[in-house]
Amino acid sequence: MFAYCADPSTLTGWWWFSCYLTSATHIDFYQSFGVVLLLLALAAPSALALGMAGAMAARARFWPLALVGRGYVNMVRGIPDIIFFLFVPIALDQAIEVIFHYSLCPGWTEDIWQGNDFRVCEEARTPAPGAPVWVRQTYGFILALIAFALVFGAFVANTLKGAMDAVPHAQVETAEAYGMTRAQAFRRVVLPQMWIYALPGLSNLWMILTKATPLLFLLGIQDIVYWARELGGQKTGHFTYPHPDWRLWYFLVVLAFYLTMTWGSQKFFDRLMLRVNRGQATAGGEAQRRAAA
Amino acid sequence: MNTCTESFQTLILRSLGREYGAQQLPRGLDITFCDQVFLIASGLVWNIYFAALALLAGFGLAVLLALAKGSPLGWLRKPAEAFIFLFRGSPLFVQFFFVYETLVLLPREGLTLSLGLIDLTLDTQWTTRAWAGALFVLFLNTSAYSAEIFFGALKAVPKGDIEAADAYGLSGGQKFRRITWPTMLRLAWPSYTNEAIFLLHATTLVFFSAFPTRQQMGDALYYARYFADQTFNPFIAYPIVAAYFVLLTLVVIGLFGIINRRLNRHLPRAARARLRFRPQYIR
Repeated sequence: MFAYCADPSTLTGWWWFSCYLTSATHIDFYQSFGVVLLLLALAAPSALALGMAGAMAARARFWPLALVGRGYVNMVRGIPDIIFFLFVPIALDQAIEVIFHYSLCPGWTEDIWQGNDFRVCEEARTPAPGAPVWVRQTYGFILALIAFALVFGAFVANTLKGAMDAVPHAQVETAEAYGMTRAQAFRRVVLPQMWIYALPGLSNLWMILTKATPLLFLLGIQDIVYWARELGGQKTGHFTYPHPDWRLWYFLVVLAFYLTMTWGSQKFFDRLMLRVNRGQATAGGEAQRRAAA
Repeated sequence: MNTCTESFQTLILRSLGREYGAQQLPRGLDITFCDQVFLIASGLVWNIYFAALALLAGFGLAVLLALAKGSPLGWLRKPAEAFIFLFRGSPLFVQFFFVYETLVLLPREGLTLSLGLIDLTLDTQWTTRAWAGALFVLFLNTSAYSAEIFFGALKAVPKGDIEAADAYGLSGGQKFRRITWPTMLRLAWPSYTNEAIFLLHATTLVFFSAFPTRQQMGDALYYARYFADQTFNPFIAYPIVAAYFVLLTLVVIGLFGIINRRLNRHLPRAARARLRFRPQYIR
């Protein structure tokens, strides 16, 4: 990074650290924080969308759809999420390859599962065998993202369904008495009001999502846990920057990162709750009205 | 290839160590369906071990923490709040790594305490093993989460109950023992049940974090992943372990439901708190 870093073995003290902390691998470490934030930024809206779909499906009048919705929610909630994080990416990967295999190589006669091998034709391999590293990494990241969205979508669906049911039923009946259709009543009465009831659950889920991001490490993504282990481990004299086992310090940084994230989110949600409660017919809204009066 | 009986005999206790079953786990083409069913089942011992002991020990610490957090004394409240924030605010996964790396730094030859005439050497190696180290982390973690639940329940004890106790002239200790404590427990129990389920599911993280397995003694998910890696087929092992966890979750709900009924036995039927299966999973 800096010119004086050309020969680190001559450096001491702060100079050594300034070079050490700006080495190429450390830049990767800092970028991995971005990976975590990117996952959060993409997983949260996709989970919200999937959760909305799940909640609407679970409440649908058409019973097969309701069955699918409820089944999805209950299945994900009854099983440890980490099983899904391990299962979904590999299952998706195989599913994609099988689909490509049948569409691209119709002449192939051998079984795909040969004993303990999973073998598809060259063209169906995803990502392609010669693909550059970043393609492989992006592919792995997208599979992980889908797993996160699926699991958290179920949690969100559960919360949103509860929130939709919590909107006073008399209001929906009033809307229908005014001649609104079911869809209109949902759009005009339920949808705008449900968020007050959903917010505590959703903020809780955001915290849980934040705290689930280190599981990326299990999916072979080079996230902060990966780099903390990699960089912190003991480096002998063969390395440019030899040092003893510093993993404890690296994990302290990771721990501090997550504590800051959750602390900041808590502050944000507290303020948001205050905003959303304003003028609402809830205990929180009533407390605000009394305080102002 | 094992027959089903052989699989049962060699694998059902394998998670306790080599002495209790096969030297080698079944590999590659030799893996049968029965192998998967029984070996994954044997791993459940560890999930139950971690969850049960962490919950038992954590219950005591959680109550103390909740009381400390509700205390008007700053020197009691502040540390309790900090502890709860530390363990609820960070991922369990990172906590495992952090504590493991701390334990590894303890001197290999053990800590030597000089007690004047004799030197006492404390062995520290065992703390880095999963059965001790991971249990310790789970214990602290569930204490923090449960403390928050108990603290919420403590705040929710009806004002009238406390005033009635005062009117009857109960002393502080009596009031706590007869009124506050049973009411708090009763109010907290449905959430505490969820916490228990939550913890049971979190035990699957132990062998995927820093703590190494020895002699391939792992938990149910460790074996499920072993099979998925060996056979390249995730569609058998993972559903098996998922089914086991659904069953275990139902057992937990049943056990906690019995206690819940006892805690609510004095209430009219309609007012009793029902246990709802509403866990929040990951930490």
